[in-house]
Amino acid sequence: MPLTPQVIEELRRIVGRDHVIDGADDLRIFERDASIEGAVPDAVVLPANTKQVSDVMKVAARHRIPVVPRGAGTGLSGGAVTIRGGIALQVTRMRRILEIDPVAQTALVEPGVVNQELSLAAAPHHLFYAPDPSSQKACTIGGNAAENSGGPHCLYYGVTTNHVLGMEVVLADGSVHWVSGDAPDRVGLDLCGVLVGSEGTLCAITRIKVRLLRTPPSIATLLAAFPSIETASQAVSGVISSGIVPAALEMMDQVTVGAVEAHYRAGYPTDAGAVLLVEVDGIPEATRELIVAIRDVLAKNQGYAMREAQSPAERDLLWAGRKGAIGALGRIKPNYYLHDGVVPRSRLPQVLSAVGEIGEHYRLPVANVFHAGDGNLHPNILFDMRDREVLHQVEDAGEEMLRAVVELGGALSGEHGIGLEKNAYMPWVFSPDDLDAMHRVKDTLDPNGLLNPGKIFPDPSRRQVRLAGRTGFAVEAKWW
Amino acid sequence: MHCGLCLDACPTFRVTGLETESPRGRIYLMTQWKRGQMTFDEKQVKHIDLCLGCRTCEAVCPSGVPYGRIIEAGRSEVERMRRPTAKRWIAKTALRQLVAHPRRLRAFGAMTRVAQAVRLTSVVSSGRQLPALRAAFKPPADGVAPAIGTRPYRVAFLVGCVMPILYPQSHDAAVKLLQLAGCDVWFPQNERCCGALHAHNGDLQEAERLRDYNSRVYASGQFDALVVDSAGCGSHLKDFYPELKGRVKDLSEWLAEIGMPQPKRDVKVKVTYQDACHLAHAQRIKKQPRELIRSVPGVQLVEMRHPDICCGAAGLYSTLEAQMSRRILDEKIDDLTSTGAELVVTANPGCQMQLAAGLSARGSQVRVEHVSELLVRAY
Ligand SMILES: Cc1cc2nc3c(=O)[nH]c(=O)nc-3n(C[C@H](O)[C@H](O)[C@H](O)COP(=O)(O)OP(=O)(O)OC[C@H]3O[C@@H](n4cnc5c(N)ncnc54)[C@H](O)[C@@H]3O)c2cc1C
Ligand code: SF4
Ligand code: SF4
Repeated sequence: MPLTPQVIEELRRIVGRDHVIDGADDLRIFERDASIEGAVPDAVVLPANTKQVSDVMKVAARHRIPVVPRGAGTGLSGGAVTIRGGIALQVTRMRRILEIDPVAQTALVEPGVVNQELSLAAAPHHLFYAPDPSSQKACTIGGNAAENSGGPHCLYYGVTTNHVLGMEVVLADGSVHWVSGDAPDRVGLDLCGVLVGSEGTLCAITRIKVRLLRTPPSIATLLAAFPSIETASQAVSGVISSGIVPAALEMMDQVTVGAVEAHYRAGYPTDAGAVLLVEVDGIPEATRELIVAIRDVLAKNQGYAMREAQSPAERDLLWAGRKGAIGALGRIKPNYYLHDGVVPRSRLPQVLSAVGEIGEHYRLPVANVFHAGDGNLHPNILFDMRDREVLHQVEDAGEEMLRAVVELGGALSGEHGIGLEKNAYMPWVFSPDDLDAMHRVKDTLDPNGLLNPGKIFPDPSRRQVRLAGRTGFAVEAKWW
Repeated sequence: MHCGLCLDACPTFRVTGLETESPRGRIYLMTQWKRGQMTFDEKQVKHIDLCLGCRTCEAVCPSGVPYGRIIEAGRSEVERMRRPTAKRWIAKTALRQLVAHPRRLRAFGAMTRVAQAVRLTSVVSSGRQLPALRAAFKPPADGVAPAIGTRPYRVAFLVGCVMPILYPQSHDAAVKLLQLAGCDVWFPQNERCCGALHAHNGDLQEAERLRDYNSRVYASGQFDALVVDSAGCGSHLKDFYPELKGRVKDLSEWLAEIGMPQPKRDVKVKVTYQDACHLAHAQRIKKQPRELIRSVPGVQLVEMRHPDICCGAAGLYSTLEAQMSRRILDEKIDDLTSTGAELVVTANPGCQMQLAAGLSARGSQVRVEHVSELLVRAY
């Protein structure tokens, strides 16, 4: 429902004329994030500070308008999509790093600060921000906190919630609160723990205090090729069961490697069935020793063509390839339907062969790229949106893959969140009682259900993702 | 593809935080027009106008979306459909009547110099400060500057339109370096502007005319490489002149390829390098200029946090979209000055001009030079 001119005017008075977008054509740009479903918002509002966020929220509360927080829109589960219309509250103008405290090793940032910018700013103090989603060049710390994002290096360092010390948040009624604070141990009821990962359904995050870590004195990065995904998975299990926890342990299959090489020329072996990227860090003696041990385990599991990065530039290139992997899949087909499940590591080989079979059954190309060390897999079904016939199959294949994950004792999401894509599957893993407990938290903090409605919780009024029924969705196909 | 990885690489998104001013947004718009799913209106066109054409987005896009090609097509479509404004008409006419004709441009340069002397610059150049003008660059009378010592190569040198007037000292240094590296340097006679500025502003017709003319000039001589010390021209020549394929080389690309002789003296200076967009993103050349700078003994190269983000110059952009250009420049100058460098070098006249303007507006002492000027001091 379009907002009335009066409401638009109220919003403009708060954030300034240019920072409310309400033109129909402009709004379409905001219809999506990096996933596949979309819906056009009624207005996009870009606040400059906490006070403005709070005032916008009060206007929305008064008029009962849904509000969906939005960072960079790189989310992969439709979290930032305004599925019930209303206001997209984009925080990308709030991008100041307010403070870096090299002694306490903390930083205070606004939510629109881009993940990588924080690490760049901390680098002169020999510090870095550990959670490193592959989208770190673009995604925001606010979005990371809302999704409790992970990244390749979270195997060793832990995901976002392990690095957030406290947050300033605005609730649905416009009230402003600090949750937790400076201490690593969150005292009292751990509200910060509840709000990290709440996907914009409980609050808008306006400031975040995070922990920074010391840059390790030495890093070693190793690339290894394997004849097949199965042997590579065995090698992963081998490394972990030998008692080594690498800083990162990533796998890519042959399809992915081909696409990545086309752009990055990182020197990945394109003939391998799968490649592993392993990184360890610490004091120089320790990393040397670990790398030798890892090489050994990989070789025992048929690893070959092992190559260690000889310079920081070479390491960056190896990582650039991994981090651009999902994007690079666009070279194969214009669209991807990405799933994000976690299984116990020991089940990796089983789940991967199940995924492969499902792809084959539906005759859909599937590219696998994932955080192998965590058992967090990302099968990408590749397709072309213009081919309407294929859409049902894409949906069905995706659903079957998720079911395979759950049947093997896994979870619905490793790091991309539930959002819009997986809320229908929540009952697969949570009992009605579990869901009810979550609902009660939601109702307490947002009694009118205005914050990011239609997400996380199963929505009885909507069936699950229905690609085929999507309208207004045009851009995917290449025309150049 | 809609992954959004290009967002924060885009200078206009970085300063506005608006997705309507981002690559993803612009591609969305242009696709919708192309498909006839959106009617054309001036408000939307503004988003296209605000694109610098710096192609940073293209360099970071893992899917290989050819943004440069999309925006040039989009721009010429826009020029076809829109009502011309006075400012844009003047820009187009100036490009056609002045820049495409070296003699007229030189006369204009002389006029500008007079204007500068009597402080009338705001009339002649809106929005940007021109450097103090010196005597224009003049190729040797016989059209060839001979190699010093052995002469394994013969190169053609693009004198171009703006460089010889605004930055003759950069050209002088570039030619000296080529001679030192063993190249006979040939200056093709009667060559005209390469057409980069025209193509950039949606005037593909004039760009094609200039190409056809220049191609005949180049065909009249023999050379191993056409060396270009202006990144914008180099990238246009590479994209737009198929018969020169593989032979167009940026100065730093060519020097790195053939190797420079041992430097003769130390140059004690703390320097930072600004990637020219048309070198770093359009031609993907980032390593060579840095290697050359590092090869000079005594030089300390300190990197900016974002050396490869545009300074906001972008051809006529700094005049046509002065406000946005200044915001982008401001960020650049912050980054630049926080390195503590006393000299910034780059590889394109537009960037040289823009950086100098930004620095002098802040009263900063940091100097701006072309890479060639720094290198040549080592000999
Ligand atoms: C190529 C690619 C690779 C990726 N790799 C990874 C990866 O390795 N690991 C990983 O975990 N994720 C990854 N992602 C997913 C995505 O980048 C992360 O989920 C990221 O944290 C989203 O940040 P954003 O700023 O884009 O948020 P958005 O997409 O804008 O929003 C995501 C969610 O957060 C909410 N939100 C955003 N800002 C706020 C705020 N200030 N307050 C409250 N709620 C807010 C939104 O409502 C939405 O529900 C990847 C995505 C892409 C495209
Ligand atoms: S060319 Fe430059 S200004 Fe234009 S969209 Fe790409 S990054 Fe942004
Ligand atoms: S242009 Fe490239 S980087 Fe940008 S959203 Fe599209 S696919 Fe991603």
